Amino acid sequence: MEISLLSTSIFAFLVVNAMLLSASVLVYAERRVSGFMQNRPGPNRVGPLGILQPFADVLKFVMKEDIQPAASNTFIHALAPVLMVVIAMSVASLIPFAEGVVLLDIDVGVLMVLALTSVTVYGITLGGWSSNSKYSLLGGLRSAAQMISYELSMGLAVISVVIIAGTMSLPGIVEDQASGWAVLGWNAFRNPVGCIIFIVTAFAETNRAPFDLPEAEQELVGGYHTEYSGMKFGMFFLAEYVNWFVASFIIVTLFFGGYLIPFQPLLLAAIPALDGSLLLTLLQFGSLMLKVAFFAFLFIWVRWTFPRFKYNQLMDLGWKKMLPIALANTVVIAIGVAIFRSIF
Amino acid sequence: MFADFIPLFVIIAIALGLALTLLAAASWIGPKRPNKIKRTPYESGMDPIGSARERYSVKFYLVAMIFIVFDVEVVFMYPWAVSFHDFIDAGLVATVGVMTVVGLFVGILTLGLVYDIKKGGLEFD
Amino acid sequence: MALASVTFFALALIAIASAVGVLIARSPIYSALSLVLNLLSVAGLYLTMNASFIGVIQILVYAGAIMVLVLFVIMLLNLDALPSPRSIGWGPILGFVLGIGLLAQLLYVMLTSFGISLEAAEPVTTAMAVENGSANTLGQILFTEYALHLQVAAILLLAATVGAVMLAQRRFA
Repeated sequence: MEISLLSTSIFAFLVVNAMLLSASVLVYAERRVSGFMQNRPGPNRVGPLGILQPFADVLKFVMKEDIQPAASNTFIHALAPVLMVVIAMSVASLIPFAEGVVLLDIDVGVLMVLALTSVTVYGITLGGWSSNSKYSLLGGLRSAAQMISYELSMGLAVISVVIIAGTMSLPGIVEDQASGWAVLGWNAFRNPVGCIIFIVTAFAETNRAPFDLPEAEQELVGGYHTEYSGMKFGMFFLAEYVNWFVASFIIVTLFFGGYLIPFQPLLLAAIPALDGSLLLTLLQFGSLMLKVAFFAFLFIWVRWTFPRFKYNQLMDLGWKKMLPIALANTVVIAIGVAIFRSIF
Repeated sequence: MFADFIPLFVIIAIALGLALTLLAAASWIGPKRPNKIKRTPYESGMDPIGSARERYSVKFYLVAMIFIVFDVEVVFMYPWAVSFHDFIDAGLVATVGVMTVVGLFVGILTLGLVYDIKKGGLEFD
Repeated sequence: MALASVTFFALALIAIASAVGVLIARSPIYSALSLVLNLLSVAGLYLTMNASFIGVIQILVYAGAIMVLVLFVIMLLNLDALPSPRSIGWGPILGFVLGIGLLAQLLYVMLTSFGISLEAAEPVTTAMAVENGSANTLGQILFTEYALHLQVAAILLLAATVGAVMLAQRRFA
């Protein structure tokens, strides 16, 4: 397998830039949708309908002074946001954007997603610890405990998908969902419990509401990034939005057929010339983006629908409810696959 | 294959470059006018009392310990999940055999989870 | 594969440098971070040897779980940096050299008396490495041939869980 380093670099560069662009789109979208849900206009002054707002935000981040507490640790204070951005971007390399269009095509793809996200904990705990502020440290600790508690259920939900697909490669998992009528081959229908568990844990892992305890304004001011300002805060912000976007991609890839177009086999049967053409790739990319847009919207929707958990409720949900359900689901799916596969 | 992993190293390098550029740009363009008040940790307007690096509840430590145990359990289940199709194709005996082994493994560790919950090890208040 | 060799040596250098960093850092948090870097570069080394599953597991378990616990402990116990080291006398250096000599002798005796050869029986090809390192092969062996070992591991993990709860729940009255 001969891939030129140059084309890989160009592709990787494109992915990073696409993530930067989508993060700014998401910032704008979140503020506008939040405004809509709260019956207020939201940002509408910078450019037509306020679409230049994210760029104004970036400019402001760059122009602001970088303040750090006197007793903080300079190197670790700077390392934390860098770590967050690098990890968020590298997870994006695993997403299959269309058939055959994936930057990092490896046999342990879905495991790599989990491994990289598990390293995110460092960014948050180090950011919280290095600031030497009580709010930051508490936010960092809470966040780390929360992320590791939900990582287990997430891992088990992923295992139930791997049992069905028989592979850990992300394109392999997408292709496995191509069978079945129209959309019924999607794992959301074959493994509904796993799907719900994964979506809930994805919310917890990205620290999004109702799991936003690490940065609960009313209790911890800004949580782990209370003492961050200027571009370093901007980088935490960027990483958060990229994580949210990538989480939507992973949800769609694992449970909603990834880049598959509904009725794809029928479409290919009707127009055989489409197979392997550039148009099909574009259609698949469009279908993926539509699905991802829905889940990105779901993240905002949930934020303004559910109140934040209390800390003990969060831990109870993670350890006493999600983990046993995820374990039971894995066993049920395994028995189901065993019966289904030995009969057919 | 190692060749498959090269894009990972490439994207990490590019993302690192981006992050460092952002940091450098901000420190180059942004103003630098530190003073003593600015550099105190924020405590809702009060003067900070003592250092933040105090000792915290042992519960966080316990959660991390239990997490490691179950993380290792989940890791052991990946090879099973990937090879499960082959076991099924090998016939009923192999399938029932592997299910028993995994069932026992998960059962033993579920005992640990039940013990934790009964002992109140995961009780936060 | 020139690129793999270059990556291997780069990662090996990082691994050694960070391992030395773990030892000489005076602040426990820098020591822990060096260890994280070390574990990540070892994961990279596994990848260069085509053992992708082990490499990723190394990140997931060691960097993602065990080191988080270590970091928790450092943060929770508020460990301070150690004072600067005193100058080391001749005694420890002599002891170190003699210790290395003894270790080499022991290894030599073990290798020769048990008939362990350092040369592989047959040259390992890339295809073999990929095949043997895959999660599928591991699963085929782990749940059949090593099923008993797996259960022993489970009981060990159970003991760890019980021990953790017992330690944390203890009342020092």
